[in-house]
Amino acid sequence: MAGNPFIARGFHSRRPAAPPGRLPPGQYETRDFPVLSAGPTPRPPLAAWDFTIRDSEGHSVRWSWDDLRALPRETPTADIHCVTKWSKFDTKWEGVSVDTLLAAARSAGVASNPFVLAVSDGGYTTNLPLADVTDGKAWIAFGYGGEPLAPEHGGPARLLVPHLYFWKSAKWIRGLRLLPDDQPGFWEQLGYHNYGDPWREQRYQGDP
Amino acid sequence: MRVEEMRLDGNAAAGALREIFAHDMTTALVTCAGCARASPMGVLMNYGGPMGVILRCPHCDTVMLRIVSTPGGRYMDASGSSVMLIPERPT
Ligand SMILES: [Zn+2]
Repeated sequence: MAGNPFIARGFHSRRPAAPPGRLPPGQYETRDFPVLSAGPTPRPPLAAWDFTIRDSEGHSVRWSWDDLRALPRETPTADIHCVTKWSKFDTKWEGVSVDTLLAAARSAGVASNPFVLAVSDGGYTTNLPLADVTDGKAWIAFGYGGEPLAPEHGGPARLLVPHLYFWKSAKWIRGLRLLPDDQPGFWEQLGYHNYGDPWREQRYQGDP
Repeated sequence: MRVEEMRLDGNAAAGALREIFAHDMTTALVTCAGCARASPMGVLMNYGGPMGVILRCPHCDTVMLRIVSTPGGRYMDASGSSVMLIPERPT
C-alpha cells in the first residue's frame, strides 16, 4: 500500500543493500566493529613487545616494536568477514606487509615452509597456508581508522588476512611459526574449518 | 589372570558417563591443569562469545574447557582441567 505511512517510513529507513557480489554467502553487513575474544585482553608494555618469525629448525628473526614501526608501511583497505556472520566493508588499516617480514626472515636464514602458525599473547593460535600470507594478502597491522590499533581489536598489533574469516586475523600477534606440516590452531582444533574461505562458506569442519 | 581379561570397551562405561554428563555441571569442582587450584565450574570466566564456550581459570587464565557446537556435532576439549568432582545430586 503506497499510501500507508508505516510501510513508506520502513522502506525509506532501510539501509541500502550491499552492492551485489560484495557480501559472501550467509553474511550481513554491519557498521559496528564487534569485539570477539577467546580470552582477556593482554596489554604488553611496548618496550618488552617483540615479533618473531621462526622455522621448525629453530632459526628465527626478531623485531622490536621500534624495528617493526621502522619498516615500510602499507595502508590496505579491506572488507572483513567474521564467521559469526557479520561483514564490515572498507576497513582501513596501517601495517607492514607479511611479505616484507618474510623476505627479511629468508635473508636471515629462516627456512621457508608451506604452513604458518600465527601465535599470540594469551596463547591464541591460528593456522594458514604460507601462500595465504604472501603476495600482498596479509599484514601485521598496528593502525586502524587512522589511530593506533585499540587493545580490544588486537592492538598493539594483529595479523590481517582479510580474504579469510576474521578468526584467522589473529589479535595480539607475537609471531609466525613456519612449519613443514599443518598444525591446527585454537578454533581449528575445535571444529572450525581449517581454511575458512568466506566465499565458499567454510565455517566448520566438513563444509566444502 | 591376563590383563586383557580386565579390558572392556567404552560402551561398558555408558552408565557412569551418563551419570556424569547428565548433571548440572555448574557446581562441579574443576581443578586447573595450569595452577592446580580448584574452582566451581560456574565461577570460571567465560570467553569466546558466539564462536564457542571458552572457560578459563579465574586464578591463572588457563583455558580449562572449550566447547564448540557445529552442524557435525559438539567438540569439547577439557585438557586444561586435570580433575572434575561432580557432586551427588541432592536426593
Ligand atoms: Zn589456574
